Amino acid sequence: MPAAAPAASLNAPLAAFSGVGKRFPNGVLALDDLDFSIRSGEFLTLLGPSGCGKSTALRLLAGLTEPTEGEILRHDADAREIGFVFQDPTLLPWATVAGNVRLPLRLKNIEGQETRVDEALALVGLEEFRNAYPRELSGGMKMRVSIARALVTRPQLLLMDEPFAALDEITRFKLNDDLLTLWRTLHCTVVFVTHSVFESVYLSTRILMFTPRPGRIATEFTIEAPEPRAGRFRTSPEYGTQCREVSAALARVMAEA
Amino acid sequence: MTKTSPALSAGERALRFVMPVVALVAATAIWESIVRLNGLPPYILPGPFLVFETLIADWGTLSESLLVTLRTTALALLLAVTGGVLLALLFASSRLVELSLFPFAVILQVTPIIAIAPLLLIYLEPNSAVLVCAWIVAFFPILSNTALGLASVDHNLRDLFALYGAGRWKTLFLLRVPAALPYFLGGLRIAGGLALIGAVVAEIAAGTAGRGSGLAYRIVESGYRLNVPRMFAALLLISLAGVAIFAVLSLVQHFTLRRWHESALDREP
Repeated sequence: MPAAAPAASLNAPLAAFSGVGKRFPNGVLALDDLDFSIRSGEFLTLLGPSGCGKSTALRLLAGLTEPTEGEILRHDADAREIGFVFQDPTLLPWATVAGNVRLPLRLKNIEGQETRVDEALALVGLEEFRNAYPRELSGGMKMRVSIARALVTRPQLLLMDEPFAALDEITRFKLNDDLLTLWRTLHCTVVFVTHSVFESVYLSTRILMFTPRPGRIATEFTIEAPEPRAGRFRTSPEYGTQCREVSAALARVMAEA
Repeated sequence: MTKTSPALSAGERALRFVMPVVALVAATAIWESIVRLNGLPPYILPGPFLVFETLIADWGTLSESLLVTLRTTALALLLAVTGGVLLALLFASSRLVELSLFPFAVILQVTPIIAIAPLLLIYLEPNSAVLVCAWIVAFFPILSNTALGLASVDHNLRDLFALYGAGRWKTLFLLRVPAALPYFLGGLRIAGGLALIGAVVAEIAAGTAGRGSGLAYRIVESGYRLNVPRMFAALLLISLAGVAIFAVLSLVQHFTLRRWHESALDREP
């Protein structure tokens, strides 16, 4: 039972996909008849095999691309305030850590930049590296900068597209825990894309499993875990059981395709 | 944090300095000995020492000509940078402009400058004609490299700028221009050498008409007078000018990019 956000707002839908389909200009149907809503305060994971369109769903939600069918409803003005973390850190190589984190504020002409930059850097524990350049950082640290940049506008909705896929397991586990802490302290809503069953069970309050292309929602899981989740959950029997269930469902989905 | 190990870099650095010097000294010695052993007269092939003597003796005339050539080259390069960058920005902002104007740039580039120079000398005053020739040769690498750089922006970064509602100008100046900088500097390094070549070629074309006072004109003039040592001395100065231009532009590139670009980083051994 997620105890992250106030119960009243937990079930309020922040945004919803209604009959959304996406066909690329080259004719490939990436998503077909997608219906789901994103509830305020939840940690929602879109899980599925590579190329199933889950990243496209995230880009649609961010407004980076338009659906060819259906529509995306944004119920709350907050749902327009979005942070996006890409699979690669996607930093400006010519700007320092602070410069990269400041970028969204500059682009949106937001005042009081330095305090916000400091806050965002503190959230990811990179205060001491504010004057470093991206090339001087490790992969995990670059991803932290990328997360700080996404958080600097204080978004209600944080979208993450396989952000830890390229990292080693030890770094990934650490960042998983840090992300959960951030989600709890900031009371934001996270939509997280991954192809890892284990990562999705560890992080999410709810998982939407996608079919192979064209992506539809095959099934949905609610993950029960003692809050706050910490490293202990990873080794608990409940975690193992739920991972097995989700894995079995994924195997069925892949077999049917 | 990305320094080469000191032992290796010290040996490597010494080698980098010593080897070219050794090779240069050896080549000069071979040249001098060929001249002496065969008793070649200076109007066939002067030895390196005679060339050097001539350089010093004629320094008054030659240095004046060097300045003229360098001034033309520098001015042409400056105009090439201005024109090339402005045109690249124009191309980047309008596909239509790019499609209609790029062919002209290509035509100017592929037509040998030596063939254009006589024509320009009819329409323009010699000094301007030389400048225009040098500009034509130098501006294309700047234009094509900068245009390529402006178009080579990481797609995720473009998405990021779109996500935060960045307009065309912010995207241009905060993303595309910095991303194009390494490409531009690469083009600049090529353009520096080409500007000198363009200036020399045009000076030769102008010199045959009996005018001009750059280094290339000195070569032509000395040729008429069979003053071969002076031809070599002027040639030496042109080469040195080319090397100096390349070195200066490489330094500019290095210091502009050293904090962030891959091309300027030391590799781990």
